[in-house]
Amino acid sequence: MHPTHLEFRNLTVRYGPKKALDDISFSVPKHSVIGIVGPANSGKSTLLKTINRTLEFIDIARTEGEVLVDSVNVKEIDNVYSLRRRIGMVFPLPVGLPMSIYDNVAYAPRRMGIHDKKHLDELVETCLRDSVLWDEVKDRLDLLGTKLSGGQQQRLTLARALSLEPEILCLDEFSIAIDPVTTMKIEEVLMRLKERMTIILVTNLTQQARRMADAVAFINASELIEWGPTGQLFTAPKKEITGRYLNGDFG
Amino acid sequence: MTEANPFSPSAHELSKESRARLAQFGTLTVSIFLLIPVALILGMIAYKAWPALSWAYLTGDVTRSGAAGGIWGPLMGTFYLTLLCLAIVAPIGVLAGIYINEYAPDNQLTRTIMVAVTSLAGVPSIVHALFGLGAFVAAMGMHKGLLAAAMTLSVMTLPVIITSTREALSSVPKNFREACWNLGASRWQTIRTIVLPNSFGGILTGVILVIARAAGETAPIMFMGAVMWLRIAPSGPERLAPYGLNDEFMAMSNHLNLISKDIPGMPEQMKFGSAFVLLALILFINGIASLVRLRLRRRKRW
Repeated sequence: MHPTHLEFRNLTVRYGPKKALDDISFSVPKHSVIGIVGPANSGKSTLLKTINRTLEFIDIARTEGEVLVDSVNVKEIDNVYSLRRRIGMVFPLPVGLPMSIYDNVAYAPRRMGIHDKKHLDELVETCLRDSVLWDEVKDRLDLLGTKLSGGQQQRLTLARALSLEPEILCLDEFSIAIDPVTTMKIEEVLMRLKERMTIILVTNLTQQARRMADAVAFINASELIEWGPTGQLFTAPKKEITGRYLNGDFG
Repeated sequence: MTEANPFSPSAHELSKESRARLAQFGTLTVSIFLLIPVALILGMIAYKAWPALSWAYLTGDVTRSGAAGGIWGPLMGTFYLTLLCLAIVAPIGVLAGIYINEYAPDNQLTRTIMVAVTSLAGVPSIVHALFGLGAFVAAMGMHKGLLAAAMTLSVMTLPVIITSTREALSSVPKNFREACWNLGASRWQTIRTIVLPNSFGGILTGVILVIARAAGETAPIMFMGAVMWLRIAPSGPERLAPYGLNDEFMAMSNHLNLISKDIPGMPEQMKFGSAFVLLALILFINGIASLVRLRLRRRKRW
């Protein structure tokens, strides 16, 4: 059994008076894929923001409880930027930065001080290969990232996220704005990446969670209803509402 | 019996169409009317100024209280005044704009700052003049001269730079910043590498517009050291830099203000000459701003 990589302990998040997450507690072992499922507005995206502390960019957000990475409370890490570099993030809407594809992938390493061209060349190629984008763009690496198609930009976002070799890769409904073929390609990539990192997959597509996740956590209206191994949740959930959601009755 | 074509317009649609055309024609006509006064002003001034314009006029000294000679002194004054004003207001305004748009949290301090900027923008220029007199000359003990006048103009034009900087910065989509933050970049790194390079054009345009504004204002500099006449060195390096920071100076806007009163023996074409030069200068600067804006719009990266 792998050691715990990420743990939430009684995490509560409020946006002003409104509770976005209510007393969430569960843990994620290393090198596993956990699917965080739930209907829209249940708090899933907020959960991801607490992991890399990007919640701090939202003025009215208040948190109680703890988020622990490798048993260290993320709030106690002095250098929040080093925390963020250990965690890769892919958003629902594809984002290509307004610079060349090469510069997109090289962005994070450069901010860390890596400027050696040969090193960057290798890094860019590795990350683009890992995100199944290399073959399509290898001859036009100086093309503006914003000119790529949605599916390509999402793979570019993945390449950027991989550029710093994160320990935890978070994906927030990554497939909602892209075509099914690209979705399939990225899902294959994620299954390969599982060997190198822990993957947190937030999704509203229950079948996607079923395909890919080792464990599933069901969050509804800011509460963690149930969590456990995928098989168990889908076939014999403890709560009736879990069964109804995973069946597609609502959400 | 053939059916009526479902796509042919009904009576309501026809009347809507003709009202739309009327609105379009009406707004077009009004826009064209706007050009008429501009054309008339420029035309008339150019026509009356023509006999006076010459290289000697531009480079010659003001003589006989402005009734004869050239406008070299005032031209140099306006040049250095604007340069100094820009050197002060551009860094402060741009940095303030960056703070307000990129860092400021949504709290009372920020709201107070916004109110201050907006209020400053609404202050009449004569009040800025009195402020300059009170704050810089009386309270801080500065001389009535180039520097104090430039500082007064800086205070006056600060809201313009802040606003145009903010607009340029906020035209960069938020999701670029979020993508960078999630990669571990700090706010400043993100600003330096993504936001500023992509808003540079808008900021530059704001700066250029401030030049035009500073060059044309007369009230703030009227009691701050702008004078009717000063002796300018006839040659040598002092001719190109005639005024020290604490010296009184001549300026085009002030010069124009003074000579438009009755000066015995002053030919009319010289008055119009000064007006023409100042106007041409301002139009030229605004034209450059428009060109910059146009060129940068073409290079849009998203």
